[in-house]
Amino acid sequence: MAAAVNPTSLESAPRIMRLVAECSRSRARAGELRLPHGPVATPVFMPVGTQATMKGITAEQLDALGCRICLGNTYHLGLRPGPELIQKAHGLHGFMNWPHNLLTDSGGFQMVSLVSLSEVTEEGVRFRSPYDGDETLLSPEKSVEIQNALGSDIIMQLDDVVSSTVTGPRVEEAMYRSIRWLDRCIAAHQRPDKQNLFAIIQGGLDADLRATCLEAVPSSRTEMTKRDVPGFAIGGLSGGESKGQFWRMVALSTSRLPKDKPRYLMGVGYATDLVVCVALGCDMFDCVFPTRTARFGSALVPTGNLQLKKKQYEKDFRPIDSNCTCPTCQKHSRAFLHALLHSDNTAALHHLTVHNIAYQLQLMSAVRASIVEKRFPDFVRDFMGTMYGDPTLCPTWATEALASVGITLR
Amino acid sequence: MKLNLTKVVNGCRLGKIKNLGKTGDRTMDIPACLLYTKTGSAPHLTHQTLHTIHGVPAMAQLTLSSLAEHHEVLAEYKEGIGKFIGMPESLLYCSLHDPVSPCPAGYVTNKSVSVWGIGGRVEMTASKFMAIQQALQPDWFQCLSDGEASFEEAASIKRARKSVDRSLLFLDNCLRLQEESEVLQKSTVIGVIEGGDVMEERLRSARETAKRPVGGFLLDGFQGNPATLETRLYLLSSVTAELPEDKPRLICGVSRPDEVLECIERGVDIFESFFPYQVTERGCALTFSFDYQPNPEETLLQQNGTQEEIKYVDQTKKIKTTSCNQEMTSFEINLKEKKYQEDFDPLVRGCSCYCCKNHTRAYIHHLLVTNELLAGVLLMMHNFEHYFGFFHSIREALKSDRLAQLKELICRNIWF
Repeated sequence: MAAAVNPTSLESAPRIMRLVAECSRSRARAGELRLPHGPVATPVFMPVGTQATMKGITAEQLDALGCRICLGNTYHLGLRPGPELIQKAHGLHGFMNWPHNLLTDSGGFQMVSLVSLSEVTEEGVRFRSPYDGDETLLSPEKSVEIQNALGSDIIMQLDDVVSSTVTGPRVEEAMYRSIRWLDRCIAAHQRPDKQNLFAIIQGGLDADLRATCLEAVPSSRTEMTKRDVPGFAIGGLSGGESKGQFWRMVALSTSRLPKDKPRYLMGVGYATDLVVCVALGCDMFDCVFPTRTARFGSALVPTGNLQLKKKQYEKDFRPIDSNCTCPTCQKHSRAFLHALLHSDNTAALHHLTVHNIAYQLQLMSAVRASIVEKRFPDFVRDFMGTMYGDPTLCPTWATEALASVGITLR
Repeated sequence: MKLNLTKVVNGCRLGKIKNLGKTGDRTMDIPACLLYTKTGSAPHLTHQTLHTIHGVPAMAQLTLSSLAEHHEVLAEYKEGIGKFIGMPESLLYCSLHDPVSPCPAGYVTNKSVSVWGIGGRVEMTASKFMAIQQALQPDWFQCLSDGEASFEEAASIKRARKSVDRSLLFLDNCLRLQEESEVLQKSTVIGVIEGGDVMEERLRSARETAKRPVGGFLLDGFQGNPATLETRLYLLSSVTAELPEDKPRLICGVSRPDEVLECIERGVDIFESFFPYQVTERGCALTFSFDYQPNPEETLLQQNGTQEEIKYVDQTKKIKTTSCNQEMTSFEINLKEKKYQEDFDPLVRGCSCYCCKNHTRAYIHHLLVTNELLAGVLLMMHNFEHYFGFFHSIREALKSDRLAQLKELICRNIWF
C-alpha cells in the first residue's frame, strides 16, 4: 500500500505560516502566510473564482477590495480552456492577470457535486464531460499535473470525496484512499518549491475515521514524514450534515493538526460559521455563498442579509451598510440597487458581488484585529449579539462549539 | 445654454455647447455621443469600472422607458435622478424610448404616449409626463411625441400629418406645464421633429417646432436598418436646413460609425452610443480603425498584415450569415470564433482601455465560451472606449479638415 518514496518529499516541507497572535481562551490564531505571490494575513476568507474569473468583477476591483488570495478550480479549468493553453498564457496568474495568490482545488469536490457524471476507482475519478460527452480520468497524478501547469500558489491533493450524508463502509474506503492518493500527489508534484501542496483530512462524520486520518497524515512518526506537507485542509464537511456534527469534526481536526501549519476549512463561508471556526482554530476558508447569493440579489450585513429585490427596499435610500467602505456602499442606495436588480442590467449583480466580498474580507479583518489585540472573545460576543439580537437566540450548535473552546456568550 | 459653432465644413458642424448643467458651467464639444444607460446605469458597469474608461461623454442618456415605472420612488427621493443613480456629476438627457428595444406600435393617442418598462406599459398624458420629468430633473429631455408615422411599411400622408400635429400639441402643453413648475426651470425641453417619410410634413414639423422656445431638436423616425436610413438621408438634409444653427440637433436610433458620419454631413450634432452595447451583447469587440493619419511605418505594417485579414474576414462573414450572426458588422471581430482561442494579443493593439492593457483575446474567448459575466464587463469597457475614441477622432478630423480621410477609412473598414 505504501507509495514509492520520492526523495524530494523526504525533505521538510516549507513552513509557510507565521503565527502572530493566539487567543488565550479559544483556539483562534492570527497569522501570516508567506506565499510566492505575496503575504496573506490570516484568518482569511478566499473568494471563489472557479473559471479564471471572479464572476462579474475585474482583477483590479478584487485587488482594490484587499483580496490577496482567491480560488480557481482544476476540474473546470482542466476542461476549459485546458492546462496546455494556460501554460502558454504563463499560468493561471498570467491567463487571468491576477498578481496575488491563487489556490486551486483538485477537482475532488466535483465528484460529489457532479456525482451523476462521475465514477470513482482506485485509479482516479472518471468524469463524463457535460459539454461534449467525452470521458476524462482525473487521477491524483493528472490533477497535480494540471495544477502544476496552472501554477497556483497552493494546490490541493486529489481526495476521494463522499457527501457528508453518506454513511457506512464507503466513508472508510474514501478516507484510506485519500491517504494513498495524497502519497501519489506528493510523488507526482513537479514544483514543490513554487507550489504548496496541501493534504485534505477526510473521514466524514465518523470521529474514529477522522482521528485515524489525522494520525496517519500529519504525524511526525518516521514512516509518515513523507507526508510532511506545508498545510492541511479539513474536507468532507460543509455538505448536508447537521451543524452539531459539523463543529465536532472541525474541533476534532484542529485539536490534532500541528499548530505551526495553516488549517484550511473547505467550503465554509456563512459569517457565523467563519467566526465559530476561527475560534475552533481554523485559518483559511473558501465558499461560493457570498458571491453566489449576491447574484440572487442578497446583500450580506452584520445582522444577516437584505433581499434587495423585495418591495420593502423600494424607497430605502440608505446604503446597504453605513459602516461598509466598499464602492457600492459609498455610492449607492438600497432603493437604486432594488430598481437595478429588477432590470436586465447585470451591473446590479456586480454591485452586490463587490459588496459581499467586501463584507467577508472586512469581517475577517475585524476578527484578526481582535485576536491580535487580545479581545477575540468580546468580539465574538458582539458579533453574535448583532447577528442574533440576544445571546439566547444564537444557534445552539454555535453556543456549544464556542463553549467547548472557552467562550461563553452571556 | 449656448451653442458656438467653430466651423461648418460640407454640412458638418464643429462646435461647443456652453453653460450646461444645473450650475451652468459645464461644456460639451460637438459632434458628440451620449453615454448609453439601462435603468440609469451603463450596461454591465459599476461606477468603478465605468471610470476606468477614457473619454466618457459629459452627457449620459437615460430612457424614460426604464425609469417611468420608478416615478413614485423618485418623487419621494426628491433629489433627482442624477443623484439617485450615483451620477451627480454627469449631464443627463432623458429620451422617451430605449433605442435598442423598440416598443410595440399602436399605443399613441391624441392625449397620451406609452413607454414600455420591465413592469409593462406606462401610459403618459402631458401632465403625467411632466410630473415624471419633475421627479427626474434631467438637464435635457425629449418632449412627449408621436414617433409612429415611421413604423409602418407604407406610411400614409395622413399618419405623417397626425404625428406632426400631435407632437406639436404635446410640445405646447409641456412647455406650458414647464412654465408652471419651478423645479423644471432648470431643465431644457428638446423638441421632436416628426413627419414620417413625407417631405412636406417633415418641413412643417421642423418650421413649427423651431418657432417654440425649445433648447434643441431631436430628429425622430430616421432609425431602422441601414437600407431605410439610406432612403431617409435626403429628408434629413432638408429638415436640418430648416433648423436654427445655434441649437443642437440630436438623432435617435442611429449609432453605427458609417451612419454617424452620414448624419453629421447632414447637420446632426449628437448621437446615442448604443452600438457598442449591441456589439458587446453578441460577444464582439470593435476593431475598426479611425486613425486617419497613422505614421507611415504603421501604415506599411498594417497593409502587410491586413491583406490576409481582409481575405479571411470576407470568408468568415459569408459563414456568419448562415449561422444567425447576420447582424454582425465589419466594424468588429467575434471573439467566440475558435481562432481567438490561442490569440494572446489584446483586442486592439495600441488601445489604452483597461481590457486591452490587461487582457488577451484568448482570455475574452474563454470567458465567452464559459458564459462568464466578466466577458460582458470587459467587452463593454473596450467597446465604449473605442467608440468614444472614434467620436474624438471625428472632432479632430473636422478641426484639421480631414473628415474625408476619416470617412474613407470607416467605409473601407481597415482592421487593426
